[in-house]
Amino acid sequence: MTRDETGADLIAAEDVLLFVNAAITSTGQREFHSGADEQSLSLDFLHHYLLGNYRDLYAATLALDVNDHNAVLIARNLLVTTAEATPEQRRAEGRLIARRLALLPPQRVYGLFRELRRARVNNRRTRAIMRDWLAARPDPAFDAVKYRSAVKDVTRHAHLAPAGELGPFLFTPHRPAVYTTPILETWRRAHYERAALYDLPYTVAEGFAARHGIARGTFLERIAPRLTRLERLRLQESARDLGADAVRADLTTMPLTRLASYVLALSLEDRRSRRAELTSALRAAARRTAGEQAGRWGTVAAVLDDSFSAYGSGQKRRRPLAVALACHFLLEALAAEYTPLWLSGRSDALDVRPYGPTPLGERILDGLELGPDRLVIVSDGWDNAPPGLAGEVLRIWRTRLDPSHACGIVHLNPVYDAADFDVRRLAPAVPTAGIRDAETLVALVELAQFAEGRTGLAELRAHLAQRVEDFLREDT
Amino acid sequence: MTDLSLNGLATRPSQVWGGVRLVPLVRDEPIEDLRLDAQVYDADVGVVAVGPRIAYCSYIPHGFVATWADDGTPAAAYGTQLRNPADRDRAPARMPLRFHHRMARRVDKNRLRFLPLHLALEGYLALHFGGPEIAWEEWSQQAIRRGLSPRVEEAYTGAAVRGLADALRVFEIHPGQCGVLVYVADALAAAFVVPHPDDYRALHSTLVHDLYGELIYHYAMLGGPVPAFKARIADTTVRSLADLRAAAAAQRDEWATFHDEVMAGGLLSGDYTYEYVQEVGPYRLSRLMPSFERQRDNHIGELIDDDAGRLAYLKTFRLSENQVRRGHLLTRLAAGDWRLSTTAAAMGVTEFELVRRIEAAGFGYLLRQDLRDHYRARARR
Repeated sequence: MTRDETGADLIAAEDVLLFVNAAITSTGQREFHSGADEQSLSLDFLHHYLLGNYRDLYAATLALDVNDHNAVLIARNLLVTTAEATPEQRRAEGRLIARRLALLPPQRVYGLFRELRRARVNNRRTRAIMRDWLAARPDPAFDAVKYRSAVKDVTRHAHLAPAGELGPFLFTPHRPAVYTTPILETWRRAHYERAALYDLPYTVAEGFAARHGIARGTFLERIAPRLTRLERLRLQESARDLGADAVRADLTTMPLTRLASYVLALSLEDRRSRRAELTSALRAAARRTAGEQAGRWGTVAAVLDDSFSAYGSGQKRRRPLAVALACHFLLEALAAEYTPLWLSGRSDALDVRPYGPTPLGERILDGLELGPDRLVIVSDGWDNAPPGLAGEVLRIWRTRLDPSHACGIVHLNPVYDAADFDVRRLAPAVPTAGIRDAETLVALVELAQFAEGRTGLAELRAHLAQRVEDFLREDT
Repeated sequence: MTDLSLNGLATRPSQVWGGVRLVPLVRDEPIEDLRLDAQVYDADVGVVAVGPRIAYCSYIPHGFVATWADDGTPAAAYGTQLRNPADRDRAPARMPLRFHHRMARRVDKNRLRFLPLHLALEGYLALHFGGPEIAWEEWSQQAIRRGLSPRVEEAYTGAAVRGLADALRVFEIHPGQCGVLVYVADALAAAFVVPHPDDYRALHSTLVHDLYGELIYHYAMLGGPVPAFKARIADTTVRSLADLRAAAAAQRDEWATFHDEVMAGGLLSGDYTYEYVQEVGPYRLSRLMPSFERQRDNHIGELIDDDAGRLAYLKTFRLSENQVRRGHLLTRLAAGDWRLSTTAAAMGVTEFELVRRIEAAGFGYLLRQDLRDHYRARARR
C-alpha cells in the first residue's frame, strides 16, 4: 500500500469485491454444499448490506459481469428504495438500470416487473423504466403473445395504454372476431386449428399442442423452425429419442459454457462416439471467445476440478464441472503451450465426470513443476486430500520459491460459499475470483493480476467509474 | 482373544462436515471373489428367530447378501434387489413386520444373507442371556426360570444423528475406497469395510440407515464442529519444489500414522473375542465381542476375513457407557459363577455396592425382592 488509507476504506473495498464475487457466482440455487435457502439468505444479506452502506458502488456493480439473477435483484432493491436516494443518485441509477435491463433476457425483466408489482412499488421512476423498456421492445405483439400475463400485469401496473389491437388482446382476448395483426390472428386460430399453432412461439404452442392432444414427437418435428437457439439445444436429445430429427442445434454457434454443459449431459458412450463433432464445436466456441488474445498467453498450466463436488446440485447440474471444461478449451485456445491437469488424473477432457476427492495441493505441485508463465486453478476450493495442502503449497511457493511472481497464479471459483459470504479461497497470496461463465475468464484473470495486492477504495472507485462509463457508452 | 487390524487397507485424509469426520480406507487390491449387495426390506421392523423360542425384534431396513465364486473367479454384484416377501410374511398393513430365519442364512449354494450390525447386536444382547447357572438363593424365580429375557437395548438410526446424513451426502468417495471410519465429535462411532470398491459405492448411503448408540447421538447433538487436520509445512526447510513435494508426502504419512495409532486406537487396540458364525466360501463370518473394560471404547461388530487374516468385511457399533457397564457387570457375574459374594470380592467392592450396581444397570429384577428391600433399608439407615 503506497497511500495512507483509513481502515474503513480498506474494509469498503473488500466488501465491494466480496459482493462482486457473490453476485457473479451465486444464483440463489442449491449448491453441492449448501441449500437454496442458505444461498438466497446469504446473498440477500450481502445485497442489503451493500445497498445500505455503499449505495453508489452497489448501483455501479450493474456495469460488471454480475449474473442475471443478481442484476435483477440489484435493480429491484434500487427501485424499492428510491426514496432514500438523492436526485443525482437517482439519475445515475436510472441510466444503469435501463442499460442493464436492455441486456437482460426479456423473461427476466418481466419477472422483475411482476416482482415490483407484488412488492407494491409504483413510484414514478419505476413506471418510467417500465414504459421505456416496453417501448424499446422490437415486437410488442410477439411479446404480448409469448409473455401474455406478464405484459398484462406490467401494462396495468405502469398505467400504460396498449397500442392498437393489443388492448383488446390483453384484456378481452376472445371478443374480437378477427385480428389484423398476424401473430394475434394466429393465436386466435390456434384455439381451433391445429396447423396454426406451429406459427406461434414454442412455449405458447406447447400449451396449445397439449390442448389439441398432439403427440410430442409430431409437435417437436413441426415446431422445429420456430425454436430459439437455446430451446433447440435443450430439446435436441429428447427430440431425437422421440424421432423428431428436425430439432438440430447448430453446435458451432453455441456459447462456450452452454456447450460444455450440453456435452457433460451426454452419456460417456455418446461423448466417445461423437468425439470429433463435440471437440470441434468446443474448440470453435473457445476460439471465438478468445478473439484476438488467442495464442498470446505463453505457457499455461491449468488445475481443473473434477472431484465429486463439481457435480453441483440437482438445480445446477454439473455447473462447476461445465465451467472447468469450458475453461479447459478456452485456455487451450489462449495459450501457446497448454497443459491441463484434472484432479482425477484423467487426460481426456471429453471423458470427465464428477467423481473422487479433491487433491488440489498435489496437482498444483504438478502444475508448478512444469514452470508455466501462468497457472490457472478452476475449483470450488474444497481442498480435502489432505485439507489445506493447496494453501500451504501456494504460500510457500509465493514466499520462498517464487517471490518475484514469475508465474502468475489465479484461482477461479464457480461456487459461492453461503456460510463465508464469499467464494472459498485457497491462500491469501493468490487472488481468487468468482466465475460464472468461462467467457469472462480473460477479463477476470487480467483483473485478478492487477488486484493481486490489496486494492484501495480510491482505485476501486476509479475502476468502477471507468467500467460504468464504458458500459453506458456501449448504449449509443 | 486377538486384536483387530485393518489388514490391506490404507488410511486417506479425512473429510469433515460439521461434527462428523469420515476417514476413507482404500484397498490396493480389491477382493474380487466375495461381493456384498444390499437387500432392501419393505417392513422396517423385523423379527428374527435366532434359536428355539428366542426371537430378536428390531428396526431392520436392509440385509446384505454375500456372493462368492467357488473357483475364485470374479463375481459380479447383483445390484440392489427389491424382493416381494411371500404372503406368509405379511403382517397387518398398519405395522409391517418381517420374519427372518436366523441372522445369517444361506439362501443359495453360494449366497449368504445376513443382517448387518444385527448379528453383532444380537451377540451383545444374548450375552449371558441364560441368567444364573447355579440357583444361588439371591436370584429371583424369574431370573432362574427365564434368564434375562426380555433383554432390551436402544439405539438411534443414522438419520437421527445430527449432521451424519449431510456428511455422507457431501463425502467424496476415493477411487478404490473400500471402507470408512465414522467419527462423531471425534469419537469413533462406526467402522465399515467391504470387499470391493463397487460394493462400497453401492452401500455408502446405507450408513445412514445403520444403528448408532446413545453416546453418538448425544455427541452429535451437543458437540460443535470438529477441526479439519490441515496440512502444515514448515517453510524454513523448503528450498525447492522437490522439498515441497517431499514435505507434502510426509504430511500424508503423518496423518495416516496419527489416525491409525491415536484416533482409531480405541478400536484397533481393543481386546476382542471372536465368535465364529458361518463359512462364506473361503471366508469366515464371525462376531466380535469387546472386553467390556470400562472408561474406554468398546465396539461390538461382525467381520468376514480369510485364513491369511485379510479383512473382507467389517461393521462395528460403539457401545454407550451404560451398555458397557451392563456388559461388564454380566461378564463379571458370570466369571464369579453368579455368586454375589465372590463377584463382589473379585471386583473389590462390598456386596451392598454390587447390588446397587446391578439395580442401577437395570437388572434389579434378577434379584429377589426381599433382598433388594433389605439392602435398600440398610442404605437408608
